Amino acid sequence: MTEREMSGLDAVGEGPVSSDVTESASTQSTGDPSDHPSVEALLERYGDAVSRHRLNAGDQWVVWIDPTRSHEVLAWLKEDPDHLFDMMSDVTGVDYGKGRPVEVVYQMYSTTHGRALRIRCPLPLDELEIDSVCDLWKSANWLEREVYDLFGVTFRGHPDLRRILMPSDYAEGHPLRKDFPLRGRFSRAEQTRRALNQDVERYYLAEDIVYGEPQYAPEVGTKGSQDGEEG
Amino acid sequence: MSTKTVEIGVGRGREMGPGGAAVPSPLAPFDIPEPELGGDRMLINIGPQHPATHGVLRLVCELDGETVVRVSPDIGYLHSSFEKLGEYRTWNQIVPLTDRMDYLAPLIYNCAFVMSVEKLMGIEVTERCKVLRVIIMELDRIFGHLLWLGTTAIDVGAFTPFLYSFQQREKIYQLHESLTGARITTSATRVGGMMADIPEGWMEQLLNFVDEFPKTLDEVDRLLTGNQIHIGRTQGIGVINADEAINYGFTGPNLRASGVPYDLRKDRPYYDYETYDFEVPVGEHGDCYDRYLCRMEEMRQSVGIIYQAMSRLPAGPINVEDPNISLPSKTDCMSDMESMIHHFKLITDGIPAPEGDCYMAVEGSKGELGMYIVAEEGDVKPVRWRVRPPSFVNLSVIPKLAEGHLVSDLIMINASLDIVLGEIDR
Repeated sequence: MTEREMSGLDAVGEGPVSSDVTESASTQSTGDPSDHPSVEALLERYGDAVSRHRLNAGDQWVVWIDPTRSHEVLAWLKEDPDHLFDMMSDVTGVDYGKGRPVEVVYQMYSTTHGRALRIRCPLPLDELEIDSVCDLWKSANWLEREVYDLFGVTFRGHPDLRRILMPSDYAEGHPLRKDFPLRGRFSRAEQTRRALNQDVERYYLAEDIVYGEPQYAPEVGTKGSQDGEEG
Repeated sequence: MSTKTVEIGVGRGREMGPGGAAVPSPLAPFDIPEPELGGDRMLINIGPQHPATHGVLRLVCELDGETVVRVSPDIGYLHSSFEKLGEYRTWNQIVPLTDRMDYLAPLIYNCAFVMSVEKLMGIEVTERCKVLRVIIMELDRIFGHLLWLGTTAIDVGAFTPFLYSFQQREKIYQLHESLTGARITTSATRVGGMMADIPEGWMEQLLNFVDEFPKTLDEVDRLLTGNQIHIGRTQGIGVINADEAINYGFTGPNLRASGVPYDLRKDRPYYDYETYDFEVPVGEHGDCYDRYLCRMEEMRQSVGIIYQAMSRLPAGPINVEDPNISLPSKTDCMSDMESMIHHFKLITDGIPAPEGDCYMAVEGSKGELGMYIVAEEGDVKPVRWRVRPPSFVNLSVIPKLAEGHLVSDLIMINASLDIVLGEIDR
């Protein structure tokens, strides 16, 4: 600030100062896994499933896991008394484009131990499939549906895998993928044509009032039809 | 119960826009339960245009008489693809997108986003900026809770609290306006600081508000807390226990009403929240009434935090003194060559980020508000910007909460979750 309080002529006397961007302070490092008991235990127990680990943004641990074993590792992290990651805060996807794998990212937190952990599972573009963790954390239900909707990742064993934000008959693919153009895959003319050709009445027919969430039905015994199955 | 499998037949147009060939995007067929209708069993549709759904939310309910057998929320009517738009904008240009998500507490969203960017880049903001951000975040917690209070009371038939709370909200609108120039779309924060420092007279205006506000809160408290009608409509409705609440992803006042004292300000503190003196109200039954009590007490605690923050607001610069992050003042730009070059470089190039990712969670008015940012080396725009939406996850619990209750209780449960559709649909 002191430098800029001088007048313009004073600055001339100081000669040119580079306006090039200086090296940004890196907040990343490989870190020391012994700082985070869960990362250390993961490396020890599932060392073959962990492809790499890193300390990001100062204090956030990230562990890359082999997607074929993700369910096993996540279930262990949830159940093991030393870790107890009982809160699945977020499930989301990342697409870097350029043919790089789409990554599914899990943000977890343990209310018992007060620890946070981020797990990332890279999925090759020709095999966008991973096991659902809906059976472990119910909060993953809608979050996984959103990743399916916007990235096209299929979650095996998800009880209700439907589009959630986009219309169920949306024809243009998965919008958050990098190969999806910002203004939509179809041209404006095609988008207009489709909008005008829509049968608006269809959305108000009784047969089209669909609803999902079948996983809630057997669990909650109400006076409804599912009482008999509960026994 | 029988189910039927639905296959979405997606017709592809031959004409494709820019972006080239069609990407394989298989839509898996899915099963939906087939309702057994007839007699007292029927399907009804609530919303998307209905005042009791608090936004464009559609609820499809299967009823047995007046009892809800199953309810399925249908969302996406307000989808604006903010996250996709963010990938085409530099860090500071994303700030205006954030306050359009939760327009009921915009300043919390502004702050949460820049906090995440600053954490990724390793920027430490000034002490004055930290305290000011605490003030405006607590102010908007009151702002968000007040709207919830008014609209929820109106859902159970109490009209007066609506008028009282909106009178107080108007005062916060005026505080927004004099601080940022806008009433709702505040866009007050920038990476490394704020858009502007506090204007003259703002602190007096704020002090006036926090002095007067608890009186209104007490009046509403007298109208609702002991009110037999209100108690009858809320106690024992939409109960969820602590373990289930955590498993279903509840956060914020909804989780605390179930007896889990999880508050990010205490458990994962940021901006020196651990040095402020405040209580985290915790309920015990996890019903609509406890959610009401938790939010009422949170507003009182927020007032206390604002008092403490006002007393410790230090003098000094509001923005970090790094010409590669903060814009120089307009006077400097016009008189000083260096400042003009920095200004030009910042506006045209943006601020480069290091490679990596960062998840910054703050305690929003609705729950855990997380901002997840992924960048590659030198990126001035995010590769991926993800908002962890608290009301999205909270709303996903409604099928469980509403089962077995009456339709009128479904309205109360929906109101007690405090959702905002702008953030659910994004």
